[in-house]
Amino acid sequence: MADPHIPFLHFDNVGKRYGETIAVKSVALSITPGSFVALVGASGSGKSTLLKMVNRLIEPSQGQIALEGMDVSAMAPARLRRRLGYVFQGIGLFPHFTIAENIGIGPRLEKSRLSAARIEELLELVALDPAMASRMPAELSGGQRQRVGVARALAGEPHGLLMDEPFGALDPVTRDALGEKVRELHRQLKLTTIMVTHDMAEALLLADRVLVMDQGQIVADTTPRQLLAGDGGDVAQALVAVPRAQARALADLTP
Amino acid sequence: MNAFITALTRLGDPLAQHVLLSAAALALGTAFALPLAVWASRSRNVARIALGFASLVQTVPALALLALFFPLLLALRSVFGPSLPTLGFLPALLALALYALLPVLRNAVTALTNLDPGILEAADGVGMTAWQKLRLVEAPLAAPFIMAGLRTAAVWTIGAATLATTIGQTSLGDPIFAGLQTQNWALVLAGCFASAALALIADGLLGLVEWGFRKRRRLAVFLGLALAAIGIIGAGISTRDGSRDVVVIGSKNFSEQFTLARLIGQRLENAGYAVQYREGLGSAVIHGALTSGAIDVYVDYAGTIWANEMQRGETPPRAQMIDEIRQWEADNSGTLMLGALGFENAYAFAMKEDRAEVLRVASLTDLAASAPSLAVGGDVEFFERPEWRAVQKAYGLRFADQRKYTATFMYDALTGGEADVIAAFSSDGRIAADRLRVLTDPKGALPAYDALLLITPSRAEDARFVDALKPLIGAIDVETMREANYAVDREVDKKSPREAAQWLAEQID
Repeated sequence: MADPHIPFLHFDNVGKRYGETIAVKSVALSITPGSFVALVGASGSGKSTLLKMVNRLIEPSQGQIALEGMDVSAMAPARLRRRLGYVFQGIGLFPHFTIAENIGIGPRLEKSRLSAARIEELLELVALDPAMASRMPAELSGGQRQRVGVARALAGEPHGLLMDEPFGALDPVTRDALGEKVRELHRQLKLTTIMVTHDMAEALLLADRVLVMDQGQIVADTTPRQLLAGDGGDVAQALVAVPRAQARALADLTP
Repeated sequence: MNAFITALTRLGDPLAQHVLLSAAALALGTAFALPLAVWASRSRNVARIALGFASLVQTVPALALLALFFPLLLALRSVFGPSLPTLGFLPALLALALYALLPVLRNAVTALTNLDPGILEAADGVGMTAWQKLRLVEAPLAAPFIMAGLRTAAVWTIGAATLATTIGQTSLGDPIFAGLQTQNWALVLAGCFASAALALIADGLLGLVEWGFRKRRRLAVFLGLALAAIGIIGAGISTRDGSRDVVVIGSKNFSEQFTLARLIGQRLENAGYAVQYREGLGSAVIHGALTSGAIDVYVDYAGTIWANEMQRGETPPRAQMIDEIRQWEADNSGTLMLGALGFENAYAFAMKEDRAEVLRVASLTDLAASAPSLAVGGDVEFFERPEWRAVQKAYGLRFADQRKYTATFMYDALTGGEADVIAAFSSDGRIAADRLRVLTDPKGALPAYDALLLITPSRAEDARFVDALKPLIGAIDVETMREANYAVDREVDKKSPREAAQWLAEQID
């Protein structure tokens, strides 16, 4: 993969304000290649804003972000986005395209066509029946659609995957299965993954580094294990307390 | 029924022209609406202004919108030069395109601003440029809604295009307006039927395209567009004819004008000219049409030119008035006033004989006494004209009510008792037929209305042209004209303007 000495992503004094409102204060941060980072926080903590500044769906008001050593503000936004897989809660499959066309859209924008074999491979990668290639998105369930969303994000062989509440709209069983699948793909394809979530349990189970955001600032930057051991401060611990209490209550119920 | 079928079979040219005009207006309106819709979908202010403007245009009656392009294009001649057409296809196209704007624009803006935000985020997220996003995502998803708007626009445009007749563009309005004036209902019905059928067919074909977009059936989209294209191309081919020296004869919108236009046309055809008719032109635009060369010849009335074009208030003796008009036309635009046809079509106040007897009214002076309890009827423009003000002033007329009718229905209103007195036309055959009493004008407030033959400046030196029309000067007396008019206007044994013109021609020779 990439040179391990150059961070996959580097944030230098990055901030975003909307008029008087500050969404992200001033973030300085490095993400090493191959890591699975979860960005956790309550609604309005600035976690989605921070993520979307990476592929310039939102432009920062201050600071600089470097992707594999290159300043993202110097790249054409469309070019930049084709280098990063993007999966979000809205899924956003194009309803007038078949599943195969949806998956192949990124390469098509670069004037290349994915072969049927490659589409099949991508569908199998996200555990979908390759026969689905010719279906329309409306014929699929929510979980199947987000699997297609993941396959679409991976079609251009990106080094990084940006995920904004990717499983937020799915039922718990589907959500769990798809989380596991993404974790597996992350390892298999040697991706660098950044996942925004408000669910601390999901972050603890999937990520190997957890960033907790509160009021536009990163208030904790640690591993799941240390968080469970009590590190990371009050805001982080308040978030950890929820799944921990649930786990305890469940354990008590178990006969 | 037979008359209806016959009328239908004669609609070939108006139908083809109607198709071409409507299609061109729709294409122009859409070509303008779509980029505007894209811009409006990205800016709330642009959307507000664009939709506000389009809605405002919709509130202007189509008839007025069409007429307004005449002065507008006339003014634009100072920029584009005198060859800019002010009547006919161009103003009709522009007005109808403006009319087609709103439904397409509104549907397109609504569709574009209501696209699923998730899909738009995905389009950005996968790395589409703004243009790719528009082409690959926004346009195909908005297409069915835009087609629905286009269908509405098509039906409106085809309906409103019948009004293009009033500004000199041949359309299915020709039989409708001609039929309304001469009470030839078969003609009216044929025009309405053809335009309604055309609207339904257009709606059906565009509906097929819309369905194809919605269900993603390319064949349906292709089929609908191909059939529409065949219809338009067919109309285009059928209207192509050789470019002989074509003379355009204008007429206003009543029977006498239709008949005189045919009479002039027959003489010019005999002299070897190819002839076209622009019928049903409004009084306000027809004189300008002649001086600007949009029409070559028509008949107007002395008092109308005197008051409307020359803006003169006093009423001199008729011979002097005619001489001054001849001079003014020559000096002002080079138009040739060839001469008076020999009859007058003046405004004349008329009452039913028995009613006039009861009220003891024989002159306008007598009328002034009874007027406050009477209703007066006039054609749609009469009460705006200087003649009405002159009469009101001279006799101190104050009526209980003023009612406007089309020229044809005015006589029915009088016989039916809706109006007690009407501003009739002295050459109208119905004055004699309905045994109406024409009130005298002892103070001479109403100006002379001799029918004058006017020739466009570019034909004024054309000896063959002028010689073909000279025999008409002084050749038609008022009784003959009344009889010809009555033959067209009456209910039984009705003649067409062409037949009446034939009859007139026989009387002259």
